[in-house]
Amino acid sequence: MELVLVNLIDGLVTGLLLFMLSAGLTLIFSMMGVLNFAHASFYMLGAYFAFQISLALGFWMGLLIAPIIVGVLGAGVERYGLRRVHQYGHVPELIFTFGLALLIEELVQFLWGKNQMAYNIPDVLNFTAFAIAGNSIPAYKIFMIFISVAIFIGLLYVLTRTRVGMIIQAALNYPKTVEALGHNVPLIFMGVFGVGTALAGVAGVIAGPVLGTFPGMAFVLGSIVFVTIVIGGLGSLWGALVASLLIGWITTFAKSYNLAMSDVLNAIGIATPENLADNVFRDLWTVTSPQIADILPYILMVLILIFRPYGLLGNRDA
Amino acid sequence: MSAALELSGLTKSFGKAEIIRGVDLSIGKGERHAIIGPNGAGKSTLFNLITGRFAQTAGTISLHGRNLAGLEPYQINRMGLSRSFQITNIFPAMTVFENVRCSLLWSMGYKYSFWNLVSRSKALTEGAEQILEQINLTARRNLPAGVLSYAEQRALEIGITIAGGADVIMLDEPTAGMSHSETDYIVELIRKVTENKTLIMVEHDMGVVFGLADYISVLVYGEIIATGRPEEVRGNAKVQEAYLGEALEDEH
Amino acid sequence: MSDTAKTTASPQRAGAMSLTLGPWIVAALLLLVLPFIFDNNSSITIMNQMWITVIFALAYNMLLGQGGMLSFGHAVYMGMGGFLCMHVMNYVEDFGIALPLPVLPLFGGLFGMGFAMLIGAISTSGAGTRFAMISLGVGELVAACSVIIVAFFGGEEGISGDRTYGLPFFGIEFLKQIEVYYLISFWLMLSAALMYLFSRTPVGRMANAVRDNPERAQFLGYSSRWVRFYSFMASGFFCGIAGGLFAINYEILTEENLNTSSSGIILLVTFLGGVGFFFGPIIGAIAFTLLQTVLSLKTELWAFYAGALFLATVMYFPGGLAGLIMMHVPAFKFRNAGKLVMPYVKTLIPGLITVLGIAALVEMIFHYRHASVGDDEMTIFWTTFDSHSVVPWVIVTVITAIASYITKTTAPDLKEAWGDANTPPTTGGDA
Repeated sequence: MELVLVNLIDGLVTGLLLFMLSAGLTLIFSMMGVLNFAHASFYMLGAYFAFQISLALGFWMGLLIAPIIVGVLGAGVERYGLRRVHQYGHVPELIFTFGLALLIEELVQFLWGKNQMAYNIPDVLNFTAFAIAGNSIPAYKIFMIFISVAIFIGLLYVLTRTRVGMIIQAALNYPKTVEALGHNVPLIFMGVFGVGTALAGVAGVIAGPVLGTFPGMAFVLGSIVFVTIVIGGLGSLWGALVASLLIGWITTFAKSYNLAMSDVLNAIGIATPENLADNVFRDLWTVTSPQIADILPYILMVLILIFRPYGLLGNRDA
Repeated sequence: MSAALELSGLTKSFGKAEIIRGVDLSIGKGERHAIIGPNGAGKSTLFNLITGRFAQTAGTISLHGRNLAGLEPYQINRMGLSRSFQITNIFPAMTVFENVRCSLLWSMGYKYSFWNLVSRSKALTEGAEQILEQINLTARRNLPAGVLSYAEQRALEIGITIAGGADVIMLDEPTAGMSHSETDYIVELIRKVTENKTLIMVEHDMGVVFGLADYISVLVYGEIIATGRPEEVRGNAKVQEAYLGEALEDEH
Repeated sequence: MSDTAKTTASPQRAGAMSLTLGPWIVAALLLLVLPFIFDNNSSITIMNQMWITVIFALAYNMLLGQGGMLSFGHAVYMGMGGFLCMHVMNYVEDFGIALPLPVLPLFGGLFGMGFAMLIGAISTSGAGTRFAMISLGVGELVAACSVIIVAFFGGEEGISGDRTYGLPFFGIEFLKQIEVYYLISFWLMLSAALMYLFSRTPVGRMANAVRDNPERAQFLGYSSRWVRFYSFMASGFFCGIAGGLFAINYEILTEENLNTSSSGIILLVTFLGGVGFFFGPIIGAIAFTLLQTVLSLKTELWAFYAGALFLATVMYFPGGLAGLIMMHVPAFKFRNAGKLVMPYVKTLIPGLITVLGIAALVEMIFHYRHASVGDDEMTIFWTTFDSHSVVPWVIVTVITAIASYITKTTAPDLKEAWGDANTPPTTGGDA
């Protein structure tokens, strides 16, 4: 029972981290109708910038400054890159973000090399917050949860309670009308892109010390983030939240409980074949849940796309 | 009399809004039938229901006596019903010739074959050229369709619509947004290419409607309030009221 | 799509309906002769890799260019074909069946097609984001499975075989690279011709129509879904052939043949070459393989340059290299191409120097940051200097700045000459 609680907390941390990326991505999607393949690259940039800043000014300044730099870079990419490619249509836009992801990875390797950076948890947070049945919960995890929840509430507040949020929501759905009302829609788009990438930057800053700051970090998380927003329903913020948590918990539990396929099959009444070593399906029988934990989101996504193409909370018209 | 197209009790709702409220209509073979009505009456929705673009909420549609319920647009097309669109809907990156040839492929029995070469078929090339001749675009043959003028694109749209040899042709506002001379050209074209076919069209230009149509139906708020010969419809009190009423409302 | 596509889509495209044999004969002759010109082993190895990539890229473009479907997991179909061929190869060797090596890729093709039918059945109902995401998901799934399902994929180390297994084929044992070269070339010609012909069949033509306007195609009697499905199937077949040739050439397949990076590379190759023309992917595959093999010998940063080139292509030349070439057709037709030579020389030479100058600066920064301590010497463009002294930095910066300035000032002239060259001659009447 205690283990369940520990896993719930771990899954929550992973899920909220995913959400910080998927929230921005899904906002950007509803704005431009294009999945930003480079989104996780901004997450990586966040981690690297924060590391570089933390060398000189410490962790907290990194948390403050790095996301701003990432956001400005993101806005620049929208203004000078995507807006240009937009005229060619959706497929080139998608390809552009894909190429950008490649380039950023190469750029990071170019500047910082291929090795993992020594970007660590700040000393202030490097202690055990509490323990559940012998499993210690580090304070940093609690800090991550706190930051993510604060950001989510802030985002929700801005989008639903402020004038700017109203204009953004209207601009997402009716850009032409909002433009006719005298609002600078391209600026709004650029701003949303900037804020979305800045959010990814924040995620990078706080995840860098635990998940590692290395050139492959964008790639590791990148496709999972798309999967998240596809499962949640493209363009749906709540969908992104639900899917992020779902994926966080599914993968955490699958890794934590060593469930073997043979047990599952035996339980539903299929007996293990006698000469397993010679059986064609031997690998299927020996599969365990930690082995497939990382591909469970993909399986989930393909199933969702087959049976519920608009995602869990997606809008049919989107 | 056998009807080419028969609608009975046709209803369509979007959420709570009922856009088409029980339309009964029978269009005979070889008729030129115009559907008119004020903006927002549901004319385009009616078109989309008939051609399978939307699914109806209730009622039946039958083409040559066969029920169209649950059929996909391509299946309906194969049964001999072809349509054009209100907003020009062509293949902009392909050449004019290619546009027409693609619309001939299915009706000439090529289906999904990958053992025929389209350029080897004399029938295809000649058929496409004949259509181009009819719509006066022979000179534009090798241009990408996207660079044609608006009127030419509309003509191409009609060409694509009739090319498959469908015997029921549905045109959605074929003259929308055209100048007078362009309208005359398109009307002549429509008259020419729909000879001996059933024509159903939505149109706002009353000159076109009264010039072309054998029968007129008036659709107001999702209901047909009158059907008949042009002169009957013109004199119909309800029609007068619907149109004049709208005109009076506009003045306020 | 873009202005370039519009201007180039003129008669060539429509006129290409007539099946001209010229280019094909030239290509076949080139394939025959090339090993005599570049006869060392490494060149032949590069060419083998190149032709396999050409087949793969052409097959990929059946989806992207001709069908408008963006796949992020296409390495799977090539990989699947390759893995199966490897198993067939080993099976045939173990049981001594008389199966000549040259027909082996056919098995790969059929397997790739079968797998494509399986996945296509669910993914081809749309072309947009849904298709792209399913392809990504399936790609990740298969790549992950390759580590889990050891029986078929061989786990981490993959599976390997021996192509010289069976009876000699007309006395050829495929021991030498050159024999494999001709085997690959044969399949290249065959596959390219078949893919070209496919684009000329009713279903191939409708693939274009569905790409441009799926809804309109529905109202012409074609189901967009089936048209996409058939294209997907055909693409899977030729990917499988490429996979089979890969198996024969390298005699090993690993997870790397299936993963998202490989899928990404083929997208890059195809787009770089140009998706709008049949021959685009061919140019892309040749250019990219050269970049990969030749540039990677010269610099560690080749992937960085490839990424930058790719991004520049998407932003400025969405028609790719093929689009760039075809842009010049009208000028040649109007007999105006000569007017472009001098402006090109005036702009492109300083432009090239600018690019090389920036590359030199990039290399110097890289060397400055990452070279081991004490290793201050570096060599670029046959010049050796100390990367920690100021002088070289100043020289390179100044040269780059001047070249970039000249490029900027001559660019308007080029633009004008371009407009001039693309104006039809007034006397000739309407061409």
